[in-house]
Parts: sequence; C-alpha cells; structure tokens
Amino acid sequence: MSRHTLSVLVEDKPGVLTRVASLFARRAFNINSLAVGPTEVSGISRMTVVVDADGDLIEQVTKQLNKLINVIKIVELTSESSVQRDHILVKVRADAATRLQVTQAADLFRAAVVDVSTDSLVIEATGTPEKLAALLSVLEPFGIREIVQSGTLAVGRGSRSMSDRALRSA
Amino acid sequence: MSKGSPISPSLMATKSAGATKAPERADRTADQAVVVADLAAASPVLGPNTVVPPTVMTGSQAIVRSLEELGVDDIFGLPGGAILPTYDPLMASSMNHVLVRHEQGAGHAAQGYAMVTGRVGVCIATSGPGATNLVTAIMDAHMDSVPLVAITGQVSSGVIGTDAFQEADIVGITMPITKHSFLVTDPNDIPHVMAEAFHLASTGRPGPVLVDVAKDAQVGQMTFSWPPKVDLPGYRPVTRGHNKQVREAAKLIAAASKPVLYVGGGVVKAHASKELLALAEATGAPVVTTLMAKGAFPDSHPQHMGMPGMHGTVSAVTALQQSDLLITLGARFDDRVTGVLKTFAPMAKVIHADIDPAEISKNRTADVPIVGSVKEIIPELTEAVRTQFEAAGTPDLTTWWAFLNNLKETYPLGWTEPDDGLSAPQRVIERIGALTGPEGVYVAGVGQHQMWAAQFIKYERPHAWLNSGGAGTMGYAVPAAMGAKVGEPDRVVWAIDGDGCFQMTNQELATCAINNIPIKVAVINNSSLGMVRQWQTLFYEGRYSNTDLNTGHDTVRIPDFVKLGEAYGCASFRCERDEDIDATIQKALEINDRPVVIDFVVSPNSMVWPMVPAGVSNDQIQVARNMTPEWEEED
Repeated sequence: MSRHTLSVLVEDKPGVLTRVASLFARRAFNINSLAVGPTEVSGISRMTVVVDADGDLIEQVTKQLNKLINVIKIVELTSESSVQRDHILVKVRADAATRLQVTQAADLFRAAVVDVSTDSLVIEATGTPEKLAALLSVLEPFGIREIVQSGTLAVGRGSRSMSDRALRSA
Repeated sequence: MSKGSPISPSLMATKSAGATKAPERADRTADQAVVVADLAAASPVLGPNTVVPPTVMTGSQAIVRSLEELGVDDIFGLPGGAILPTYDPLMASSMNHVLVRHEQGAGHAAQGYAMVTGRVGVCIATSGPGATNLVTAIMDAHMDSVPLVAITGQVSSGVIGTDAFQEADIVGITMPITKHSFLVTDPNDIPHVMAEAFHLASTGRPGPVLVDVAKDAQVGQMTFSWPPKVDLPGYRPVTRGHNKQVREAAKLIAAASKPVLYVGGGVVKAHASKELLALAEATGAPVVTTLMAKGAFPDSHPQHMGMPGMHGTVSAVTALQQSDLLITLGARFDDRVTGVLKTFAPMAKVIHADIDPAEISKNRTADVPIVGSVKEIIPELTEAVRTQFEAAGTPDLTTWWAFLNNLKETYPLGWTEPDDGLSAPQRVIERIGALTGPEGVYVAGVGQHQMWAAQFIKYERPHAWLNSGGAGTMGYAVPAAMGAKVGEPDRVVWAIDGDGCFQMTNQELATCAINNIPIKVAVINNSSLGMVRQWQTLFYEGRYSNTDLNTGHDTVRIPDFVKLGEAYGCASFRCERDEDIDATIQKALEINDRPVVIDFVVSPNSMVWPMVPAGVSNDQIQVARNMTPEWEEED
C-alpha cells in the first residue's frame, strides 16, 4: 500500500470533521494522519489527510470525499511537488549531567528547547516524518517521557494557490 | 475544527439578498409570470420561486411556509414535543399532512410518494425516538437513491449535549446514511436550509436529506423572504456527459458483437425510459433491467431479457456473462447482480454512465466512464451510435440473438406446483398483475414475494414497481404503498407483502383507513420468513431455525390477518384455493372506498428460481434445485 497526501478544502461548518472522519471509517479507508485548520479565506478550512491506499482505492477515497456536500476541492500532493511537514513536541529526561548532550542533539536537528525543568526538557521540532523519526531515535537513550505529534501539513510548491480557482468557480 | 467567523458567509449572503433584492423583484409583478418562469429554470430553489418580501414570523411558521413555497403538497409525519411548534402552523396550511402511526411508516410513505411522482417525499418526526424511528427509512432511501427530506425536531439548542429528554444526535446517527444533513439552531437559517435540502435531495444522485431543527429555532422570531440564496459551493453535480466519452462509447458499441444494455434504477430516477427505448432500438442490443429498473424498459419488448442477478432470468444473467460489452446506464454493479465480482461478465468491456462519479469503477473498472445524467447522456449516445453505424456499418448481432432467443425459449420463468395442495404464491402474484394491468402500482416488501413480484408481474412503464432494493427493508410495502397512493390517487396500488413483512408495519392500515387511502394489500402468506426458510432448505439441511410464523394453513393463525384487517377498518378476505384467486382479486379491485387486505394462504415450500447461490459465479445459475442450464455455446 502506498501513502497519499490529500489536501481538502472544506466549508468551515459544524460537523465537517466528523463527516470526513466517519466517511473513512464507514468505507474502511485507513487514515494515517489528519490535520485541520483555517485558511486565508474566511469560512474555509483545509484538511490535510494522509491515507494508506492503493491506486484504485485512492481514487475511490477522493470520489467519496467529493460527494460530501461541505467538501469544496481535493488535491493530491505528491512529495516532489509539495512541502510536507510534521510538528512534534517531545519531553525528554534530562538532568544536569545529560542536559548538554540532549540540547546538542536537538541542535543537530534544528529543534528548539521550549521548556526546561530540573529533570526534563521539552523539545519542539518540525520536519518530515523521517527526520522526526531520526530525532526520536537519537533522543531515545536519554529517556522519552512524552511525545505529541501533529498530523502532516502540506502545501504545493510554486506560486499557485489551491483555494484560488476552487473558490472563484464556486 | 478551526474557529471560523461566528456568522457563516452563507448566512450573510442570505440576509443581504433578502434585504436588497426581494423588494426590487416584488415591484415587477406585471411580468411576474415571465420572471417566475426564468427563475424556476435557473434557480436551484424548487417550486415556483414566488417572491416573498421580508416578513417577520416564527421559525416554525418559516418551516411550513418554506415547504409551501417549495411546492410541497403532501407530508407524512407524527408530532411530538420537540416538533410541536411546527405542527401548529401546519394545521392552517393548505398542505395535506398524513398522520401516521409509526415514524418508520412516515419515512417509507414519503419514499413511495417520491418513487411514483418523482417529487421529493417529505416526512416529519419529533426528536429522539421519533427521529430514530425514521432511520430505517432514511437508510433505505439512501441505498435506493430516493429523494427524501426528513424534518425532525430537536431539543432546544441550549440543552443539546446534556442528554435532555428525548434528545438524540440524529444528525450524527444518520450521517453515513444521508446525502447531507443540517442542524438548525438559528431560525433565520430555515428558508435557505430548506431550499438547500430540497435541492440536494432532488438533484444529482437523489437521496435523503435530514433537517434537524432545534425547538428554540422553531419558536424564535425570524425574517422570512423567498426565494432564499442557495449556497452550496461544494455541490456541483455534472449532468452533461463528456462528448468525447460518448463518442468512444459509440465506437465500442459499433465494434461489439455481444452488447448488452445493463439498465439500473438511475434510468427510472432520471425519467429516461423513452430515451432508453430509442437507444435500445438504435443499437438492437438486448436489455436487462435490474430490480430497481423494472419498468424502465417494457417487459413485453422483444429485446428485453428480464432481470439479472441472484434471482434473475437465465437469459438476462447469461447475456451479461457472455457479453463482450456492457452498456451500463444508471446501475452500480451491486453484488446481487454481479455474484462473485471477479467472475462477472469476464469477457466484457464496460461503458458506465452514471450521475455519481463514485459509482464508476467502484466495483467494476469502466473502460469508458461517462459521468452525467442518463437523461442527457442516452440521447447523445443514441445520436453518436447512429452516426457511427452510418460510417462503420451496423453490427451484425444475429448470432448473439440466436443464442439469447434460444435461452429465452428454453428457460422461461415459471414455477412448479407445490406438493402440499396449497396455492403456488407465484400464481397469486401473476394473477394480481394480470388482472390489474400495467397501469397499476406494485409495491413489494422484501423476500420471496418481492422476487416473485419482480418476476411474474409484467411491467410496461417506469414508476409502477416499488421495492426496497439496496436496503432490503422488511415492512416497506404497506407504508410505501400508502405514500404511492397519496401521490397517485387515481392508480390502483397493490402492496404485495409477505406474512413476515406485513407484521412489521401493518399499523399504517389505520392511517390508510382513516385518511381514505384505499390501498390493496395482498399478504402472500406462507406462514414463514420465506426467503430465510428457502436458504435453510437449500443450505442448512432443512433445519428451520426460527422461521415459522404460524400465520398460515393448519396453524394457530396468530394473528388472523382477516380479523386484523377488519379491526383496521379494511375489507378483508382470505383466499385458500386456486379457483378463488381471480374472484378474490376482482372483488378487491372493485372496492375503492377503503383499504383491502387479502390473506392469500400459499404453500411454504415454494422457492424462488432461478437462483445464483451466494458466493459463486453467475455461471452457476440454477433454474431449479441443483439444475444448471447446459450452455450450448462455451467461449
């Protein structure tokens, strides 16, 4: 099964997230991650859905999503034609003895330390899932206490905007 | 979700449209007829689009007024606490509200109404259990693409989410079984939501739309104006087929030597029977009509092969299996048609025309997909085929027809007489069809009687055959027949029901008797859950686990359907002998001042044939138990 990233413009109306999520459940499609937020257009939200599906199935996913009345437009973003990022917050064990090593490791990944206590650090990092996995494997030996990770966000490269044409034609 | 602006853009648009445009339109009363006609043609708002200047009223008055403006004549429903405010202005309305005895009856009645009229069926229920009682009908409408608007009351917005009395998240519950749904908490949203609901239900692939209205939105004051602005940026159904695809399809048709027109319920929904007849005659191809499409093409037409699928005719099933080209129109490759999918029509290329792009290549990959309404696609395809035939010559289908006609003659539909001396259910159903004729409306429940009604009644026109196809809802027949009779009061409407089905929804006989809706109910009483029993006979060594209903011959007869019918104010008869069948049907046909219930006592041993057992290829079709036709031509 291959991984696909779908960018979905939706009307910002109550229940939209439920409609999308329950469609995946009802049609037995697998969601790998889902991220939702507002866009540059008021009243329009954008969902980034990462799906594991083969060719025919991804077409069916897209068609079924398109049938949802609140879904305005769907674009599949390939890794070549888009920038894709995950966001992670990691709480790592770090005392006076190990703190420096942990912060150095974070520096290597251009991750930021956003909270410090006597025996732990919270590190914030952004990147591809592969980069974040690498960061975690480096932090692992120090003792990871908590991980919070966002769904993937993705935007097409170049000057074109997904919402431009979709909303004008609507 | 993101925190959007508190006022949705759609709402703002509605308000401004109401404030600025409405008075301007109202001034033009002189040429209003023209304006109205123009608007109706272009407007997504159903009904005559009569201009109503801003008027202050309550939300519940706005619901009733919106329904009136949308051109609704009949509504099926049952009031309760959370919808009570709306029932008050309904009393003064010119619309006919039929008070049902159970909300499921309201839902199926609205379906039956929609199926015969082609208009949107409307049902109303209260919150909580009232709304959940609609769920089966909503799901049924969703599976069979029936235009339905269900209006439900909801507890006041302030207590939504607190498990208030009779609160149910009906929007959530019905989300996977509606085309769309709305929760209205602001009375000002009512006109545009109602217009949107009717637009969604009736256009594109039709389906059920739920409008859940909080009680405070019904009670609250709002400013009503009409027509409202329909704002559905994500909804753009394609109706016109792509030219190039249509030409590709015509090329395939010209090149095919074993084409079949595989016709589904979409052709009935699109009112495209005439167009289909022209295409069929232009191509000369055999036609199969699915369970949902019976009547879309006349049964009597020589090109008609019958119904395909699990209980289809040998000629229809084999035509599909042996075909080299399926011209699929408004059908969806349902598993009851295809059998084991990978063995279905293995040699055929596929043209698939459907208004729902998601149906195309969902189950079977299409070689030529055409998205659009079959109403528009079929005539274009006919034209393209004629052009293609003129250029490339008309294909010679003589061999194909010789093969098919031979099948048709060798394996006609029929039945064996039961060995227990009781009437054959097939005969009863065949006689009902023969004595009533093609102008009647036949509404079936689900099970053996449904299959026999599909097989042994001759359908010559669309909208004459109603049943629960995709959902398989037992209990559909009586309420759906009631709705059909309200929609087409001048037609004879038969509910062909089973003794199992009938016991699920027969309370609507009260509704029929009191509201002068004289339907005729033929209970095909084999004293059992017949289809399940048939499977137990065939696949469970005759172990009849929980299928005996004790309603038939030589049983305690609980309930006694004749007494039950009489208790409901219906003319009621029992028919137990072959020689009484015609006379009993005639007697029923002569009664038109009240509903009729006939208890046709039939054999429990009759089975539905032909049959493709579940889980095998359609090539394994059996014309009778363990009897598979011998194929003369294997290729």
